[in-house]
Amino acid sequence: MAKTDFGPPDYREMIPPIIARNYGKWRYHERLRPGVLKHVSETGEALYTVRVGSPRLLSTDTVREICDLADRYCEGHLRFTSRHNIEFLLSDEKKVQPLLDELKAKGWPVGGTGHSVSNIVHTQGWIHCHTPATDASGIVKALMDELLPYFESMELPALCRISLACCLNMCGAVHCSDIAITGIHRKPPRIDHDRLKNICEIPNVIAACPTGAIRPDPKRQSVTVNEERCMYCGNCYTMCPAMPIADPDGDGVSIWVGGKVSNARKPPMFSRLVIPYLPNNPPRWPETVEAVRNILETWAKHARKHERMGEWIERIGWERFFELTGIPFKEQLIDDYDLAIDTFRTAATFKY
Amino acid sequence: MTQSETPLLDDLEKGPWPSFVKEIKRAGEKKPAAMDLLRQLELSYKEKVGHWKHGGIVGVMGYGGGVIGRYSDRPDLFPAVEAFHTFRVNQPTGWFYTTEALRALCDVWDKHGSGLTNFHGSTGDIILLGAPTEHLQACFDDLAEIGFDLGGSGSDLRTPSACVGPARCEYACIDTLDLCREITLTYQDEIHRPMWPYKFKIKIAGCPNDCVASIARSDLSIIGVWRDNIQVDADAVREYAQNGLDIQAEVVDLCPTECMSWDAQTQTLRINDRECNHCMHCINLMPKALRPGKDRGAAVLIGGKAPIVHGAQMGWVIVPFMKVEPPYTELKELMEKIWDWWDENARMRERVGELIRRLGMRNFLKAVGLKPVPQMVFRPRANPYYFWDPEEVK
Repeated sequence: MAKTDFGPPDYREMIPPIIARNYGKWRYHERLRPGVLKHVSETGEALYTVRVGSPRLLSTDTVREICDLADRYCEGHLRFTSRHNIEFLLSDEKKVQPLLDELKAKGWPVGGTGHSVSNIVHTQGWIHCHTPATDASGIVKALMDELLPYFESMELPALCRISLACCLNMCGAVHCSDIAITGIHRKPPRIDHDRLKNICEIPNVIAACPTGAIRPDPKRQSVTVNEERCMYCGNCYTMCPAMPIADPDGDGVSIWVGGKVSNARKPPMFSRLVIPYLPNNPPRWPETVEAVRNILETWAKHARKHERMGEWIERIGWERFFELTGIPFKEQLIDDYDLAIDTFRTAATFKY
Repeated sequence: MTQSETPLLDDLEKGPWPSFVKEIKRAGEKKPAAMDLLRQLELSYKEKVGHWKHGGIVGVMGYGGGVIGRYSDRPDLFPAVEAFHTFRVNQPTGWFYTTEALRALCDVWDKHGSGLTNFHGSTGDIILLGAPTEHLQACFDDLAEIGFDLGGSGSDLRTPSACVGPARCEYACIDTLDLCREITLTYQDEIHRPMWPYKFKIKIAGCPNDCVASIARSDLSIIGVWRDNIQVDADAVREYAQNGLDIQAEVVDLCPTECMSWDAQTQTLRINDRECNHCMHCINLMPKALRPGKDRGAAVLIGGKAPIVHGAQMGWVIVPFMKVEPPYTELKELMEKIWDWWDENARMRERVGELIRRLGMRNFLKAVGLKPVPQMVFRPRANPYYFWDPEEVK
């Protein structure tokens, strides 16, 4: 039997020599241009990072091509970021421009630093998930094709983090993003009673429902769903394959804005629902792309320097956000879940 | 010319952003499974619904997690993806690689799987996307041979991850990489053998910028902080001013605690460090001039998670400052107490943050032996429904 429980490769054997020499000694950094960082150490050494956007889904042959570049320019080392970017780590400043030239010739976008739109954190979607309400890679590709100028520049008021999760499970935990796109269902699950009694644990299915909409149906050794209470979260399906919820007409995406995780200036914030539903419209989801572009560009036009999406909205007020973006305020935006009252306004201060 | 089988997806080969469709086709040049994946995805694009079956337990010997079963619901149409399972492979901490290691990984994956990967999955693992059932054990054996172990899946400790930390960031207040590796190695059993009520995620950020989104994406969020004075290089501050940074408008006026002032005449920045809340804004703007202080440690937060079941949560502060240095005994003891309490009290599929909501922060703090401090709350309660321990009322 193979060895087990040995853990991942030791990062100390993966980092380039310049990082080993300067580990913990970095003094400051500069952004030389979009996508290019310079970190200077107390020892005087400088490390150049070139950040490259990737589709996250990579073939082994493309990974090998990335390795070829890292062999030629970075002494055989590279890293990835938490947002699926590739980072080439150079100890020789003279190699930066030739690498940039080669990346450009090969069609790799360089950017995602500073006040930019960085790569979109996303999930598997229809490519490889069993509970998706939408695709992930397709929307991200369509969006980044349109938003590329914002990836390749640093002219936005602040950074803008866009994330996508293809259902409410939110493997990407997108709920604290400047702009979040989440796949949603809009129809209750369908119950296959004959299958359910054989393959599902009924108490677990009942417990899985956050709104208490699922009741036992002892006669059929199955369950019933109170459709008026169902908020289509899909958690019952996660517990019980005999309750499929995906539906071509019901499924689509929702748009959330104003979240962040950084503590700079304001504490971390949740993203808030602004568009409850847009249709799944493959291959390029034009309604979703347009909605994101509108929100991004409205913020870019009106926000002050260093103001993240959520900080800007808090300053101008939500009524002004909806006015400036032209997004209609729908009833779904008023919370009716268990912490709803925290979001109701208890003041007589408004903008009209 | 024959007509394309995948006209909708072909459209996503166009445009400037790197195309995942090209990647699937590239893998498909060698691997029939990658082409069937593309065809199945095209069907999803046509029908607007996914085509992966629910569940199916698969694995490799000695492990309870790390491989996720995936079966097509249309094997009649796409036989090469009838069984198309996922490996979660524990990434090297900080996502650093030698090209040698990456190439070895590619060779193993070409031998056993679809040739398709994710760098990386949401929890941080390398995702190897699509292997047939009969190859799983051999693939793992070959991965082990080149030094790659599996990550977590199911109701276990998920693969811990960390920001780049001291490897390439001057803000790092803790050694995120060393801590992450230490936790990963100490708790291999917890990662590889699901035995908890539900999943448990740990993410480690070196400073309050939280580049790994630990506060949103992990049950236990560890964030590097300092508690003494910001280190100031006055000459470098002047250099920023001379190079066009409007220190009054962009730094001082945006300080949330109003603890700074800028004397434009003498080009002097003053910081009342006692009132600073360590938000990072000024340091972010002037990294050459301002640095976190020297008394460094970590804040520990509990309960972050995505919406399922009872709504999305961010981590709540339970320790505002803890020294975190090898061998990290205090932190490990706290983690183990948390797991014990959660394991003992949680319902099936109840995350630790949801359990705290159900049983109360008060009970949680008592169970893990933490004293209440004001840094745990934004503001105290506004309702009169609180408990007394009978012992206190004698």
